[in-house]
Formats: sequence, structure tokens, C-alpha cells
Amino acid sequence: MKKILIVEDSPTMRSLLVSTIEAIDGYEIVEAASGFEALRLLPRVPVDLIITDINMPDINGLELVSFVRGSENYRHIPLFIISTEGSERDREKGLALGANEYLVKPFDPARLQELIVKYTA
Amino acid sequence: MEDFLAEAEEITEKLSTDLGGLSDCADSGECDPDLLNAIFRGAHSLKGLAGMFGFTDIQGLAHNLENLLDSLRLGKVTLTPDTLNILFDSMELLGSVVRGLGTGETYGEAIAEATQRLNACATAQKSGEGSPLQKLGLPEKVLNSLTEYEEHRLVENVKKGRLIYSIHASFSIMSFDQDLGEITEALKKSGEVVSTLPSASATPESSIDFEILFGTELDREAVLNLVDRENIDVAQLGTASAAPGVSAASVAHESAPVAPSTGPVMAAPATPAGQADEMTAKSMSRTVRVDIGKLDDLMNIVGELVLSHSTVAALAIRMRLEGFSSLAIELGKAAKGLERKLTELQKGVMEIRMIPVGQLFEKMSRIVRKVSREQGKKVDLKTFGADTELDKLIIEDIADPMVHIIRNAIDHGLETSEDRVAAGKPERGTIRLSSYQKGNHVVIEVSDDGRGFNIEKVKKKALEKGLIKTLEGVSDRDALDFIFLPGFSTADTVSELSGRGVGMDVVKNNIAAVSGMVDIESEFGKGSRIIITLPITLAIIKALLIFTAGRTYAIPITSVLETIIATDRDIDTVERKEVYQLRETTLPLVRLERFFGVTRNTPPPAEFYVVVVGVAEKRLGVIVDDLMGQQDIVIKSLGEMFKGYRGITGAADLGDQRTILVLDVGGIIGEAFRSGG
Repeated sequence: MKKILIVEDSPTMRSLLVSTIEAIDGYEIVEAASGFEALRLLPRVPVDLIITDINMPDINGLELVSFVRGSENYRHIPLFIISTEGSERDREKGLALGANEYLVKPFDPARLQELIVKYTA
Repeated sequence: MEDFLAEAEEITEKLSTDLGGLSDCADSGECDPDLLNAIFRGAHSLKGLAGMFGFTDIQGLAHNLENLLDSLRLGKVTLTPDTLNILFDSMELLGSVVRGLGTGETYGEAIAEATQRLNACATAQKSGEGSPLQKLGLPEKVLNSLTEYEEHRLVENVKKGRLIYSIHASFSIMSFDQDLGEITEALKKSGEVVSTLPSASATPESSIDFEILFGTELDREAVLNLVDRENIDVAQLGTASAAPGVSAASVAHESAPVAPSTGPVMAAPATPAGQADEMTAKSMSRTVRVDIGKLDDLMNIVGELVLSHSTVAALAIRMRLEGFSSLAIELGKAAKGLERKLTELQKGVMEIRMIPVGQLFEKMSRIVRKVSREQGKKVDLKTFGADTELDKLIIEDIADPMVHIIRNAIDHGLETSEDRVAAGKPERGTIRLSSYQKGNHVVIEVSDDGRGFNIEKVKKKALEKGLIKTLEGVSDRDALDFIFLPGFSTADTVSELSGRGVGMDVVKNNIAAVSGMVDIESEFGKGSRIIITLPITLAIIKALLIFTAGRTYAIPITSVLETIIATDRDIDTVERKEVYQLRETTLPLVRLERFFGVTRNTPPPAEFYVVVVGVAEKRLGVIVDDLMGQQDIVIKSLGEMFKGYRGITGAADLGDQRTILVLDVGGIIGEAFRSGG
């Protein structure tokens, strides 16, 4: 079982992501409703992939990417940003910081599933 | 879909509230960046959600709203009252579209118009400016993880002449959110926390580090004082490279002391902009969602406190009588002070439950639109007194009866356009919703300028249906009340809308359930008016005050059927029980002082009253010495100690220092019938 951490403050969006991922076999999902929750979860739960939103109430998704990429323990974990495009610069920054993929909401479920399989193979 | 609706509605509601908060600072042009950002994030989330569910209308509208909000928070557009109006209108429309999902309503035109206004506003005033961020010498890692918005806030801080600090803090992984929260709260009082970047610490399993960017006028020493903790470093950014006179930003910079670390604490002269920022932070509107059950509990506690207070006040009087006069006077004064504060507390708790009737009117306007379209009638809705406040529970409970009344008004009350024109009336019918406060009550009126009730037809129908036996002595006024009887309907064809087997009797019952009353006035050919009178809060009821054996009690008026003057001769004894012959029925009687086991100091009066009370089908006569009139009372719970005390439902403060008991009519009837067999 591969573990995927979803960091997203909207419960509806979270459940959409969950059902998208649950449609493919072999994945277990850990949900975080905020960046802080993700920070708390990471040392306790080893994950194989992180999917994060950008606009969140405590720390933003870019900061989370920066944290993950700057940390010895987590920098190898593949990471996707899924955001309502926001701005082109946020996208550039996300990729520059080391996000593996940047998806724009509304995302295409098939594409997300494809990417998940690719990065966790 | 339900998930979406729930979350979308929550977001739109919160957006409206937050927007209200924004209007406070629109005049000054300086907005609380947190509030603005919260609104932006709301619109942003909604857009994302709507996109996932394929609601392109909402997605598009939210997108344009978000664009304007983005420009606002990035300082590309300034917040003017005009901008605010556009925001308000679009937000309202967004709310309507969300609620209208599934009703088949379309808002294409309205959305197109709103979109155009939003975009016109967003593009109207744009100004480009170079970024002075390079001068700060921010570490690459920090600069790269700032969103465009955070960058903008940083620039704003620099422009205001604030100093930028990088605060490095290390926290335990167990409690970092709380610790960080405390620090950012402390910092926010004297500046702006622009971003908090987490980074891995030396021991990632047990701790986590944060890099906090903080803009303030304080010097380093003062900032250190703000965050007086272990494991925190404060470094001022940009001091080395900030050469004077390079840009507008650094000119402003100069007016603030360039922080020698020995400089006086708080020496920075506050710039006008800085002051405005302080002001807006204070007036920012903040709301909390609370379960109404918690407020009920609070209300009960207040009730108990009121009773405790009366005990103390009574003690003071007893002390005086027993000769401890100086102490008694002091205690009396203290009790008086306590009473004032209690009254304030009670008022405060009640006010929390209050929401403006406008929220109900808003729902009703959708019903009017919907029903009038279904009926093909042209209807205008006018509302008055939308800011009148009412208990939230009551507002929720009367929503259904209101819908019914309004449907009736459009369905049966208003004529078709052709009929109206023929009758010399304006083509469009009018439904008028108005609300106002009247003493301890709130009145809501629904009136229409339709055909009104045909009294003769009402009378005839009531007779046909066997609801009345004779028309003799039935005034027109009384006849109108027939429509509240079960099984009455004047319309010849039962409409699919207001029909459904639910009549005005149900409306009346629903309103009575919240201790409200409903009345009707009508003029044939001119229209009708339904008047709903509601208590401001459920905790207040109308009661009949009675006096017996030296004590005053209250009986909730809803259970009083009638009162009769009687003498001993009117009372018969059947199987050792006292009864009263009331018209064709034999009414069992109960003497309150016997029921409660109170001894009488004076003989009962020769002439007394029988208060006929009823619950469901059961009737009982309560013998009392005197009637003291009606009064609105606030029922307070007696608390655990008196729980299960038979015949008493609570206590009420009469406002003149007297606390009286409120009778539990259902309980007394039950007891009387049990023991009476």
C-alpha cells in the first residue's frame, strides 16, 4: 500500500481528491486540512506522495513545498500542487521550489491518477 | 452535490459577513489585509469547488470576483465605496445562484452584467511598480516561497517605512501550531506577520523551525521583547544594503529610525498610514458560530443567577429586620449592583440569539419569484423593517408558515394581470413584507393588494363544511377567523402549491408553537393582510398573573381558555371532588393552595375566580382568589434543586423585585386527573 498525503482546506475538494485516488487500487490516503496539520503528520506518518493546495489558512502550499524540499527526511517525496490557478508566478515558483507537478483545478481525474501511478511506481 | 451545496453556502455566507467587515474600512481606503485575504480565499475556494462540479455559472462569477479581490489585495485597485457596492452585488448574486441550484433558475443575464462590472472595476485602475524587495536581501529560499500576495504585503510594509525582520524560531513538533500562534498574535499587535516559512530543524522528529517575516516600526530590541522565548533569533533584513535615497520606499524608510540596537524602545514615530492600519485592525468584524443550545444553557444559568440574587436580596432584608442594619445596608447595595449586572448579562445573552428578519425576507423573496413565475403572475415584492431582530430559533420555525402564507397570497390573493387591469388596479400585484417591534413582540405582516376574502363565501363555506352551526351573531371579523379552522379552504380548485392538504390551521399551529399569534384582515376587492405577532425570544411568554392565599403565580396565557367569576354556591361536590358546571360539561376543579399545600392566613374571599385551563382535550378549573392581569414574563429554570417539583415549570421576575412561580399547567392537569380518577 502506498500512502498519499492530501493537504487541502476545503472538505469537499478533499473528498473529491479522495474519491479520485480511491478509484485506483493500492493507495492509502492521509488527509490534512491545513499546512500545520501536514507538518505535524509528516514526522509520524511516512508518505509516498504529497498533494497540496496553495491557498490555505496557516502556511501556504509553496511554503510547504519549500519545507519538504529543504528537509533531509522528506526531500525525496514526490509532490504535486493542485491549485485554482491563482497566478502564473505562483505556478512558476511552485515548480522552481521543487514541486513535481502543478495541476490546475478543476483537475482532470484521469490525468491525476496517471501522474500518481507514474510518481509512485 | 449536497457536500458542494453545504460548503458553497457556508462560503457565501462567510463572504457576506466578511464583506460587511470590509465596508467599515472602505472610507479610509486602508483595509485589514487579513480580512481582505480571507475574502479572496473564500472566492477562490468557491471557484475551485464550482469548477470541480461543473457549475460554470458559479465558477465564472467567482473567478471574476476573485480577480477583483486579487487586485484589491495586491494593491492594484483601491477599495472605494463603488468597488464595495460591486463586490456586495456580486456576492449577493453568487449566493442566489448557489441557493438556486437545482431549482432550474437561471441567472445568465445577471451574471453577465456582474461580470462586466467586476472586470471594469478591476481594470479601471492599475499601476505598475518595481519591486523594492531585492534591497531586503531576503534569502532565496524565503523569497521563493512567498506567494504573489505575500510579496505584495512585504512591499507594502517597506513602503510604509517599516523595518523587516526575519525571526527564526524553533518549536516542539507537538505544540508548534500553538506556540507559533502565540508568537504571531503577539507580533501582530505591533506590525504585520507577512509569512511563516517552516523549515526542517536539526531534529526533525521532535522539533520544527519557522522563519517568520515581520514588518514593524519597532527596533530589534523591542521585537525581541515581544517574542520573549527560548530558541528565537531576530535579525533585521536589509540594513546593510539599504542605501538612503534609492527609491520612494527607502525615502519613507529614512523617517523611521534605522534601528541601532541601542535605540529607545518604541521610538518610531507612527506614520499616518501606520495609524490607519491600527484603526482598521480594531474595527475588524469577527464572528463566531455558536450552537444555539449553548446559548440556551447560558440563559438558564442567568435565570438561576437571578434566583440566587433574590435570595441574597431577601437575606439583606431579613438582616435589617433582625438588627444588623449597617451590614444589611451594605449587602443590600451589593445585591443591587449584582442585579444591574445580571440584567445586562441577560440582555447580552438574549441579543446574541437575535438575527435580523431580513434573512427571512431574503428567503421569502426567492419564494415570491418562484411562485409568481409558476403562476404566470406579475408580482413586486416590497420589504420594510428588515433590520428588526428576532430570536434565531423563531425565525427558523416561522419560515415554513411564511412560505405558506406567501404562496396563498400569490396563488389565491393576487389576480391575473388581465383581471387586475379590468378591476382598475395596476397590472403588477404587490406583496408587502414588513416587520417592526412592538413592546416585547415582533410583528411580521404579509399583505397583498389582491382580491381579498369574500366574507359571505367564507361564511357559507364554514356552514357547508359543518365548522359552524349557525351564522347568527357571527360578525365579519369573526368569520375571517374561520379560515384558521382545520379543513377549511375557500379556493374552488385546490392549487398544487398551497394545497397539499395543508391549510391555514397548520400555519396557525406552527406559529402558536413558538408562542406567536396570527391574525387576518381583509377587504374584499382590495387585498388582505396577515399579521403575525411573535415574542422577541422564546424565553418570553405572555402570562396571566393570579393571586391566591397570599401568593402570586403566573399561568402561561396559551393554556388559559377563559376565566369565570364564581361563588361557593356555583360549586358542586361529586364523589368528594369539587366540580363546576360549565355549560354542558362538568369541569373538575383544583384549589391551588391545596395543590401546593400552602396554609391560608386569611379566609378565602366570597367571590373568586375559576381559571379554565386546557391542554389538548383536557380541561380543568383552577380556583384562585383574584386575577392580577396579563404580563410578559421571562421564564427561568429553577435549576436542578427544584427539578421535578410538581406543578411548577419555572420562575419569573416581575421586574419589581418580585419573583413568582410559573405554573406547569400540563403537570397540574395530569395530577388532577390521576388523583380524580
